[in-house]
Amino acid sequence: MRFSDLCPLHAATRAGLSRLLLAFPLLILAGCATPPAPLGINDPLEPVNRGVHGVNVALDRAIVGPGSNAYGTVMPKPVQRVVNNVAGTLDLPGDIVNDVLQANPEDAGINALRLATNLTMGVLGIFDAATAIGLPERPTDFGETLHVWGAGEGVYLELPVLGPSTARDMVGMVVDTVANPVRLLADKPQANAATAVGIFARLGDRHRYSDTVESILYDSADSYEQARLLYLQNRRFELGQTVDGATDDSFVDPYEDPYGQ
Amino acid sequence: MASNIPSLTRRQFALTAMAASAALAVPQAAAALTVDEARELVGRAVETVNRIISSGKSESGMIRDFEAMFVKFADVSVIARSALGPSARTASASQMKTFTRAFQSYISRKYGRRFREFIGGKIEVTDARPLKSYFEVISVAYLQGEAPFDLRWHVSDKSGRKLFFNLIIEGVNMLASERAEIGAILDQQGGDIDKLSAALASA
Repeated sequence: MRFSDLCPLHAATRAGLSRLLLAFPLLILAGCATPPAPLGINDPLEPVNRGVHGVNVALDRAIVGPGSNAYGTVMPKPVQRVVNNVAGTLDLPGDIVNDVLQANPEDAGINALRLATNLTMGVLGIFDAATAIGLPERPTDFGETLHVWGAGEGVYLELPVLGPSTARDMVGMVVDTVANPVRLLADKPQANAATAVGIFARLGDRHRYSDTVESILYDSADSYEQARLLYLQNRRFELGQTVDGATDDSFVDPYEDPYGQ
Repeated sequence: MASNIPSLTRRQFALTAMAASAALAVPQAAAALTVDEARELVGRAVETVNRIISSGKSESGMIRDFEAMFVKFADVSVIARSALGPSARTASASQMKTFTRAFQSYISRKYGRRFREFIGGKIEVTDARPLKSYFEVISVAYLQGEAPFDLRWHVSDKSGRKLFFNLIIEGVNMLASERAEIGAILDQQGGDIDKLSAALASA
């Protein structure tokens, strides 16, 4: 499970890239090193982020939460599954482009095979046939591509509606949205339909993980801090940025720290 | 609530006392924890968890069973102390005792409630390795209709018993997250540990 999947409407945005970008990245790719794993929390905009967080929580309480519950309870489960499968298949072209940009032929191959399988055996993406035959999803995004190219995480950001992010991941999200191959290749009504499917899939996720989301947003003493910690640790884990198994320095060995004695 | 306190039975007490004196007498004999032992401990904890999620019990039943698992396999007092942070240094023994008891039941309710999402799923131990001064046991959780996710258990015998003291779920560190949460509640309570314990008991 990706924490970003839990964020209301994060979604509309996953996956995709532009022809424009295809033109220049190969030279950047050559010889760039992965930056050292970030360990601390870089949040100089905390006061602004906290303001946005307050708005996001209010939005979730008033609209996104109830909306997702309505969707999750009214819409029959098989329909929800189809929506998720189609949304997942629509993400694949963008994932493949990102895999290529990351010089990751294995994931590019697997995602291409997933796309082919779901479009054929999966009847145009209605069924996730690829997962059924042992090819589970390998999602990626342009934020990860930027990471592979050597970009650091940047400052922590909480984005309106979209939730926790970082400077790098926000740029990635913008690029994935405006340069999504499906959007670029489809005509306008089709592109809008694709966006709608993405939003509904995300509402479904918000409903499916409602216990988790609500325990973070409504039951924690400082939901901003919890969401930040979860996002950063989970994102660093996804990107393989761990130092001695840790995703940040907030963990202290309880048998070695003074409070543990 | 008194039943929630991890209490030593007389037999456990005798065994602990014997182990302690044996360790004092022949320090070398107190063999350090091995990868296999850490893996075995988590294997038993996972077996218990799998039994709980397939038990078909009510939520409150699962929370009770989860608490029993937590007390049996986790180092509750060191987790509580670490979650409390620097304030643990100034707290009195009785304040720590009350806090630990409240923390144990808070954790059990918080995580036990979430076991609902695990119904129909299972956890499998896949690997174990030494990490710094302890061991990391790696497991994979398979939940219905979900991509499998990574669940790691940190195990130590520094307390004198083999126990796990941390869980890492897809990179998210339970101890770090609880330390932040307990710190935030402590702030809300004006830094008063007794009020913190009371707040946790009703959380």
